[in-house]
Amino acid sequence: MSNNGQTPKESLNLMGWTCPAPLRNYPTVVLGHGSGGKMTHDLIEHLFAPILQNELLDQFGDSTQFALSQPGRIAMSTDSFVINPLFFPGGNIGELAINGTVNDIAMSGAQPRFLSAGFILEEGLPMEDLGRIVTSFGEAAQAAGVQIIAADTKVVNKGHGDGLYINTTGIGVVPEGVNIAADRAQPGDVIIVSGTMADHGIAIMSVREGLTFESVIKSDSAPLNGMVQAILGVTPNVHCLRDATRGGLAAVLNELASASQVGMQFDETAVPVDPAVHSACEMLGLDPFYVANEGKLVAVVPPEHADAVLAAIRQSPYGANAAIIGQVVNDHPGMVVARTRIGAQRIVDLPAGELLPRIC
Amino acid sequence: MKYLDEYRDGDVTRKLLDQIAATVTRPWALMEVCGGQTHSILKSGLDTLLPKEITLIHGPGCPVCVTPLELIDKAVRIASFPNVIFTSYGDMLRVPGSQQDLFSVKAAGGDVRIVYSPLDAVKLAQENPDKEVVFFAIGFETTAPANAMSVFQAKRLGLTNYSILVSHVTVPPILSALLEAEDVLVDGFLAPGHVNAVMGYWEYEDLIKSYPVPMVVTGFEPVDLARGILMLVRQLEEGRTEVENAYERAVTCEGNVPAQKLMSEVFKMADHKWRGIGMVPMSGYRLREPYAAYDAEARFPEVATIATDESPLCISGDVLKGIKKPIQCPAFGKECTPQTPLGATMVSSEGACAAYYRYGRFQVAQGQATTQQKVKHEQ
Repeated sequence: MSNNGQTPKESLNLMGWTCPAPLRNYPTVVLGHGSGGKMTHDLIEHLFAPILQNELLDQFGDSTQFALSQPGRIAMSTDSFVINPLFFPGGNIGELAINGTVNDIAMSGAQPRFLSAGFILEEGLPMEDLGRIVTSFGEAAQAAGVQIIAADTKVVNKGHGDGLYINTTGIGVVPEGVNIAADRAQPGDVIIVSGTMADHGIAIMSVREGLTFESVIKSDSAPLNGMVQAILGVTPNVHCLRDATRGGLAAVLNELASASQVGMQFDETAVPVDPAVHSACEMLGLDPFYVANEGKLVAVVPPEHADAVLAAIRQSPYGANAAIIGQVVNDHPGMVVARTRIGAQRIVDLPAGELLPRIC
Repeated sequence: MKYLDEYRDGDVTRKLLDQIAATVTRPWALMEVCGGQTHSILKSGLDTLLPKEITLIHGPGCPVCVTPLELIDKAVRIASFPNVIFTSYGDMLRVPGSQQDLFSVKAAGGDVRIVYSPLDAVKLAQENPDKEVVFFAIGFETTAPANAMSVFQAKRLGLTNYSILVSHVTVPPILSALLEAEDVLVDGFLAPGHVNAVMGYWEYEDLIKSYPVPMVVTGFEPVDLARGILMLVRQLEEGRTEVENAYERAVTCEGNVPAQKLMSEVFKMADHKWRGIGMVPMSGYRLREPYAAYDAEARFPEVATIATDESPLCISGDVLKGIKKPIQCPAFGKECTPQTPLGATMVSSEGACAAYYRYGRFQVAQGQATTQQKVKHEQ
C-alpha cells in the first residue's frame, strides 16, 4: 500500500520557481500588491499569468465569455480553501483548491471544464510561497484537464488572513443519461470506496500538531474526474457518488442514507486503511471512518455492475486499493450500521463536531 | 497493527464468549470502571454478544465526565483572561460549563490550545515568558504522573508562569463510595487496566476485605474485555472474592513505582467533588505545599468565588453510579445529544451516554432486547 495506492504523480516542480525580476524587490506580499496599480499588474503579469494563461483568461476583460459546446445539464460547484498549514506532506493549498472543486463537480458525473479562482493574500506572505502554490495550482489544473478562465487577487492586512485563502468555482457538463444524486441509493445497491480512508486528515494533523510517525503520512489529494469517467464507462446507471472529504466515510454514508431513506451497512474489516494511518488514529483516539480524505470517493451502484465498477476504479489512477465495503438495505432507514471485527453490529453516526483527541 | 489486532481477533473473542456462556448460570451485574472500556465495549458491540444473564454497568471512570461544573467554570474564567494561554486535552474543550465551553472562549479571542501532553504546556511556558500558561490537569491516576511531572519540571526549570488547574480523581475511594451506597447493585468490577498499569492492584486487596466484591484487572480490547468478564464470572459462579489480573502484559501488582513516587512527591490526597455524584472524601489530589505556587486556583484568586451547582434535569449521577441506563433518561437523544450535551456523561466520547448514543441507538431502533437495556433490579 505504498504511496496510498496512488499512481505516482508527475513530479511537481515546487522548488524550481524563481521570483521574476519585477517582483524581486518584494520578498513578501505587501498591501500595494492589491492596490490595483502597477504592483498589482506586476504580480498578475509576472506571477499568475505565465502559469495560468490560456486563450480565455488572456481576454483580461471584466468577465470571460465562452460557450459550452456539449449538450447536457451544467454542474457548478464552489469551495473555499482555508487550510493551515499551506504546505503539507503530499500537497499544498494550491493543488487542493483545484482537486477539491474538480472532485465536487465530477461527483455529479460531469467532466469539469472551467474554474474561476479567487486568491486572498495576507500581507507578509512570502512571495516564494505564493509562487510555489500558484505553480502547483496551475499544474493541478493541467493534470485535471481544467482551465482557469476567471481570476481575482486581493490583499488583506497582516493578521486578517491565514497567509492565503483560495476560492475556486467550477463548471462542467453532465452527459445525457447520467443521473447521480444523493437520494438515489436503493436497497440491494453495493457500496464501494476508491481507496484507503483518512490519509489526508491524518497528514494534516501530524503536521499541525507536530506529531511524527515512523513513515511520513501523505495527503491523498488527487483529481477524481478520470476515475468517474472510468466508472461511467462501465455503466451510466450509477446511483450515488460522493468524495469523502470532511467528516470522512461516516458523514458520506449518513448523508446518503438520510437523503435516500435507506439503511447502509458496511463491514469494518473491509474498509481499506493504511497501516501507518491506522496506527496514528489509534494513538490520537480517532476513528478513521470520521477523518477527511481529499482523493477518495464512495460509489453506490446496482449490484449487477458492482464488480465491473470496482475493476474500473482499481485500474484508474488513484484507485488501486478500491474495495466493496457493504450494501444498501431496507432496514433502519436513515441509519448507518457497521459490522464489527468481532461480528457484532454498531451504529456509525454523524460526527458531532470537530474531531478531538481523547484524553486516554 | 501488531500487538493490537491480536486483541481484536473475532475468533478468539468468540471462543471466550462461548466459555462465558458455558460458565454463567444466573444473572450478574458487572461494572466496567473505566470510560475507555465502555467505549471499546460499545464500539465493538461486545455487550450484544454476551449471554443474557450478564448486565454491564458503565462506571464512573471517565475523567472528562466527572470533572465538576464548577471547575469548568473556573477554567472558562481563567482562559478568558487576556494574558493567559490555556492548554487542555482535546475532549475537555467541548464540555459545557454553566455559561459556555472553552471552544466559545477561543471563539471570543481567548488563547485556548489543545496539547497532547502537559510537558508541551511547560514548553509553551518556556517559550512565552510574558504569558501565564495554564494546563487543565484532569484525569485519574493514569494522567496524574505526567501532570505531576510537568509541575516537577516547571519547578526545576524555575518557571514562574506555569500552573495547573487540578481536577484529579482516584479510583479506590469512588469504588468504596459506590459500594457503600444502598442503591448500587454491582456484583463484580472490571478494574481499569490503565489506572492499574500505574498504581498496580495492591490497593484493591484491602478494598475487597471491606467490601467482598470480586475484581479483575482488565484491558481495553475485545479479547481483553471478554477474558476479564470470563474471569469475573468464574469468580462469581464459584463464590470466590479475589483480585485477579487479566491484563498481565501491562499491569503488575506493584504498578509503576517511580510514577507513584513522583505523584506522592507532588500531590496529596484531598476531598473532591465529582460531577453528578457530589463530594467524595479523599478521592482527589491537591498540590503539596512545595508546589503550591503552581496551583492555578491560587495563581488566579478571582476564581475562588466561583461556585456552581449541577443541572437538576440530568441523571448523569445515577448513570455514573450504575443505577440507571442512559436510555432511561427522558432527555436522552432528545434535549441531550452529543451536539447539545446536558450533562457529564454525554460530553466525552468516553462518557456512557455518548457511547450509548453513538453505538447503542441501533439496538433500540431495532427493538432488540440486549443486556444493555436491562437493569439488574428490574430482573
